[in-house]
Amino acid sequence: MAGKRQNPDEITPRIGADEWVGREQELRLARRGVTGWARSLVERIPAVVWLAVFLGIAALLPLLMNTGDLNRYGLNVAIFALLALGLNVAVGWTGLLDLGYVAFFGFGAYTYALLSSPHCFTDTACGVHWPGWATVPIAVAATALLGLLVGLPSRRLSGDYLAIVTLFFAQLFLTVAANGDRVSALGLTGGVNLTGGPNGVPEVDPIEIFFIRPTTVEAYYFFTLAALVVVAAVLWFLIRSRTGRAWTSLREDELAAELMGMPVNSLKLLAFSIGAGIAGLAGAILAAEQTGVFPGNFDLSILITIYAMVILGGAGSMPGVVLGAIVITVVFEVLSPTTNPDKISLMFYGAILVALLVKVRPLWRLAFVLGGTVLLGYVTHTIAHAISASATQGQVVSGGWLGDAIESIAVVPLDPGDWPKYAYVALIVAVLALTRLDGWRRTLLMPPTLVLTVFVWENLLLLQPTVTRFILFGALLVVMVAVRPQGLLGKPRVEIV
Amino acid sequence: MQARAPLLELKGVTKTFGGLRVLDDLDFSVAEGEIVSVIGPNGAGKTTLFNVITGVYPPDAGAILLDERSIVGLEPHEITKRGLARTFQTLRLFLNMTVKENVMAAAYGHTRAGVLRTVLRTPGMRREEREINGLAEECLAFFGERLVGYRFDQPAYSLSYANRRRLEIARATATRPRMLLLDEPAAGMNPVETHEMTELIGRLREEGGYTVLVIEHDMHVVEGISDRVVALDHGVTIAEGTFEEVATDPRVVEAYLGTSATESR
Repeated sequence: MAGKRQNPDEITPRIGADEWVGREQELRLARRGVTGWARSLVERIPAVVWLAVFLGIAALLPLLMNTGDLNRYGLNVAIFALLALGLNVAVGWTGLLDLGYVAFFGFGAYTYALLSSPHCFTDTACGVHWPGWATVPIAVAATALLGLLVGLPSRRLSGDYLAIVTLFFAQLFLTVAANGDRVSALGLTGGVNLTGGPNGVPEVDPIEIFFIRPTTVEAYYFFTLAALVVVAAVLWFLIRSRTGRAWTSLREDELAAELMGMPVNSLKLLAFSIGAGIAGLAGAILAAEQTGVFPGNFDLSILITIYAMVILGGAGSMPGVVLGAIVITVVFEVLSPTTNPDKISLMFYGAILVALLVKVRPLWRLAFVLGGTVLLGYVTHTIAHAISASATQGQVVSGGWLGDAIESIAVVPLDPGDWPKYAYVALIVAVLALTRLDGWRRTLLMPPTLVLTVFVWENLLLLQPTVTRFILFGALLVVMVAVRPQGLLGKPRVEIV
Repeated sequence: MQARAPLLELKGVTKTFGGLRVLDDLDFSVAEGEIVSVIGPNGAGKTTLFNVITGVYPPDAGAILLDERSIVGLEPHEITKRGLARTFQTLRLFLNMTVKENVMAAAYGHTRAGVLRTVLRTPGMRREEREINGLAEECLAFFGERLVGYRFDQPAYSLSYANRRRLEIARATATRPRMLLLDEPAAGMNPVETHEMTELIGRLREEGGYTVLVIEHDMHVVEGISDRVVALDHGVTIAEGTFEEVATDPRVVEAYLGTSATESR
């Protein structure tokens, strides 16, 4: 109804129309205000424009960053985005819980490394140095084949059983990689150094493809970006083809898919294999870029990270999982212990403030929470100062205007003793209580919780960045999953209506 | 009666679950172009019959011939490819896919484009994709206005119950079958929709050219559509013939209503 707004109350059920369709109208009308308008606008932007914006920013990144940052943000994100896209094929599209995925990443890396490094298999067989135009495809094909082989016994398994079998495979790969430096066939032959054992394979050659020979971070960044675009294009076409439709069909209902003429088992193998091939490509790039492969590159924490990217970004959505890779890598790097604590503080307080401004409604409640926090903080600060001057003489770590602001409401003793630890426990209790309460009780509890947060942050969390990094990361994931279970760009799935 | 062999033929098909004989030495056939209804009380083995025919379970004994070729031991998707397509009593749509995608997905069996051709976007692949799209729209248009237009891009979960049943039939026809197996197509529909479904099944044969085997509880539907009715009880055919013959058969009445105490002993 262009131009004319209809009151949602006036919508009456129309005879012959489905209830949901009636509601659809209502839902569209409900999208009012600035956010509704913005959302409708964003939805109207075609995918090509998004891609162009993404590539434009990505291409400018080397100009904006120094080499260290480009490695940490640009290259890492690109490799993880590749991995997330590959995992999405099995997990997001086909609905297979593949916990062996990190082994495919490792297998690709080792395949590439062994074919292009001075690594010695035996005393005499040393230094295979094949060119990149051969080794990269070999690594991809070998990993895809491995995916097929792992998939073969698993193809009749689904759900939890598949997860266990593939997790076992991941562990098996790690064990072989870490101990494969003296492999002998049934003890009959001399030991062959297959994987370099715990030392891995060092001095791996760069990927040499005819005239391209990337050796700098910048070169690898663009190389990986190109690989990412190619892989994304391949997957974009695949999911819109009969194969992609068959994958999602079998995710939705395996039996129905089989009975509608789709060979479910082969389709599962195909999904496994294509995902593995992409992981193999990412592995080959990693091996060349860091000029070596080590068992520690492929442990289960990497698997969890990739899963977190897929789930947080939105399983099943290609832009979603790439966004997930960006968000998680950036958050992890920003929270790294080497980052300036002032920056982390600024982001920490900024995030809390933005969350409050966006989420707390109506406005009087927001005013109460903010005002109450400042007042309560100022009062405790004053009382603490009156009791003992040293209680507020500690240095607030955050500098600048933020430091001054926090200074006046925070209690930062010179020697806080065990108090921050108790306060930390109290903070967790308070946050849990907040999630259980509602109405005025919640409003009332918010200022004390925020004051407690400032105290714990300044006296405990900021001083132990390595631990804080994981705590904040975990908290972010919990909040994300609670607020948007479908992920950032995922579509909420409906099981039964 | 025609002299030529039936399209679907079951000979001595037996299926047991544990000690329970759900199908007991069942003989059964459907001629090309026929509409046959299977009736029987709950637990008579009707849905199991469908599951055995479509390859969900292998039969313990007996032969199943489609067009004189055995389909026993084939994977369900291979049986579908030979020309049998079914719907489900408990709806099994691909809920989180759009209406059109549901139907397009079912064209998998008779299309060819593999991964390589898809990625290279060969002209043949593009043409095939257009054909699948056309086929899906055609299959959905069979139901009039209900599943076309703006509905194409709506998720299947947004459909009403009756429309979901229609979508299941549309999806089955997209496999290009010779024979449709409909498992309670009118279940959960109101009288108007049920009447419409009765006409629709007739049109499936007249316009679509499908042979139809249907399980149905609603006797108005059975009466309205059937060339022949088969009554099952405890996995055995207890009556077969026209609707009137079967509906008045004492054994059918007994199976549905039980016998009176004076008669049984």
